[in-house]
Amino acid sequence: MEFIQLLISGAALGCIYALIALGFVLIYKATETVNFAQGELMMLGACTGYLLMLWFKLPFLWAALVSIVGMAGFGMLLERAVIRPILGQPQFTVVMLTIGLGYITRGLVTMLPGIGTDTHVLDVPYRGQVWKLGTLVLSAEQGAVIGITLALCLGLFLMFKYTKLGVAMQAASQNQLAAYYMGIPVRRLNGMVWGLSAAVATVAGLLLAPITFVHVNMGFIGLKAFPAAVVGGFGSLPGAVVGGLIIGIVEALAGFYLPEGFKDVAAYVVVLLMLILKPSGLFGEKQRKKV
Amino acid sequence: MRFIFRTSYSQDYGLAQHNGHLFWYGLLLAALVAAPWLVGSYWTSQLTFVLIYAIAGLGLMVLAGYTGLVSIGHAAFLGVGAYTQAVLTGQGWSFPVALAASAGLSAAVGVVVGLPALRVKGIYLAVATLAFGFIVEEVMARWEHVTGGNAGLSVKAPAMFGWTASSAPAFYLLVLGVCLIVTLAVLNLLRSSTGRAFIAIRDSEISAQSMGIHLAHYKTLSFALSAAIVGVAGALYAHKLRFISPEQFGIAQSIDLLLLVVVGGLGSVHGAFFGAIFLITMPQFIALFKNWLPPAIGQAAGLQAVVFGIVLMGFVLFEPTGLYGRWVKLRTYLELFPTYRRGMFRRQKTFQKSERVR
Repeated sequence: MEFIQLLISGAALGCIYALIALGFVLIYKATETVNFAQGELMMLGACTGYLLMLWFKLPFLWAALVSIVGMAGFGMLLERAVIRPILGQPQFTVVMLTIGLGYITRGLVTMLPGIGTDTHVLDVPYRGQVWKLGTLVLSAEQGAVIGITLALCLGLFLMFKYTKLGVAMQAASQNQLAAYYMGIPVRRLNGMVWGLSAAVATVAGLLLAPITFVHVNMGFIGLKAFPAAVVGGFGSLPGAVVGGLIIGIVEALAGFYLPEGFKDVAAYVVVLLMLILKPSGLFGEKQRKKV
Repeated sequence: MRFIFRTSYSQDYGLAQHNGHLFWYGLLLAALVAAPWLVGSYWTSQLTFVLIYAIAGLGLMVLAGYTGLVSIGHAAFLGVGAYTQAVLTGQGWSFPVALAASAGLSAAVGVVVGLPALRVKGIYLAVATLAFGFIVEEVMARWEHVTGGNAGLSVKAPAMFGWTASSAPAFYLLVLGVCLIVTLAVLNLLRSSTGRAFIAIRDSEISAQSMGIHLAHYKTLSFALSAAIVGVAGALYAHKLRFISPEQFGIAQSIDLLLLVVVGGLGSVHGAFFGAIFLITMPQFIALFKNWLPPAIGQAAGLQAVVFGIVLMGFVLFEPTGLYGRWVKLRTYLELFPTYRRGMFRRQKTFQKSERVR
């Protein structure tokens, strides 16, 4: 029972990692750039939701909806203003650029009245409720994380499989030039991918907020989503979800069965092992060298 | 405008291209040696930090700027060097011996990281070094009977041959000496065949390999050398602060080091020094201007992060060659005064190296 309880709490945390990792992978697949500010986008999304509830007294669902839409717009704006001008330069450039972006976001959020450097409670309607199944205790926050992540993954799957937009995004990520020749507006799609990824990050932030509270440094959890994305194989959407779950569960188990300190590095040990044993990840494509 | 008339081959690969170099760098060295007596004790201390960070920057420059392998966990090597130095000098080892041991251990750790790094590239390498940095930080915090854990560890003043660098100017001169040796070593490394192999790997791995450069060997060597140099910087850092604790060697420090090399100018030795000056003096400038800003902005905790972020983004977007690139442009403008043309340094279109299978 204890073990299953650990699995559930690990899976709940893993879902958050999975959502952030999904954001990385979406952007990586579309533009082959890595967004180091994904955790900060998540933090910004959670803060937007919190501020909407604080300033405009919106109910939670409306605040969530407005912040998701708003952050999607912000993601597109970001792509247009900052990322597009340097597309085509080496990958490291974008890494540095997004690290700078993360710094700025974190700094600006501390200047917002009502956020500062304190921690805040996001007042969600399901806060503090628990469901009991025999000896198992499932808190509503964890249930919401797992349920909404599953729903979101299903939605993304359906979108990529059946909508015109999703198929166009797949085509652009497989071969930009060919997609361009087929009449797909690749640049506009890239902007949309950034918007989508910011929206996914916001969902992650809103789901995480009841568990860890809203504060400026909650974005650092994004650094644990990198291992998740790599374990699944960077560039594979199902891989990101599976990788996130693996990292979350390993972390929960390590926190319980291993001495203190292993919990914090479990994700990194797993990713180093993965890179040594199978560098392309669980679902990654096999890399060939071509001259 | 100076026209260099070369009359022998040794001029081509000499360290100083012409007598002007010798004169100006000699003058700079003389000024640096005299600095503790010219500026106050506060600025001597800041200069010491600049030199220490310049050494660390040189280390990362060898790896990121010249071999093209980006590490987001380099503070770990700084930490390994610092803790080795602290423990060994605590047991009464002489400063130079302990310094060599710090560099050696750091290099050994660098080889260990370098091994998995050989198989991965780009973002995978960044994640591998990031993971390694976190693991080392955790080890430093948990291995309490050696490192003192989160409570930290105090460090003695450097002592050798019966002499102790206990005063600030003495320590400054010691750091200056080490910095000079490291700089000359890096300059010499870069004009040797090893350094040229590094640069070839940075520009194109495939063509480097085709020319007979053993990738695994040179990448590991680059990791080891870079780690050793950063380890030396870490050892000096420990002596400077006299107190070290694991959180000084976390991800924030790693990103500061990256900021240093990018703002200074990737792929230039000068860049490491410019970057170090930037990194140390920027907080001072922010502190100066803070009082003129409205209190809501000026007193916010995140002001420094915002400024650093803006500077970093500005350099990446508008001046990818960093402060050193800006300086080269300025110098050329002055040298050619009326005839400088726009776009003289415009780079050819760069292309992203795709990691995808086509």
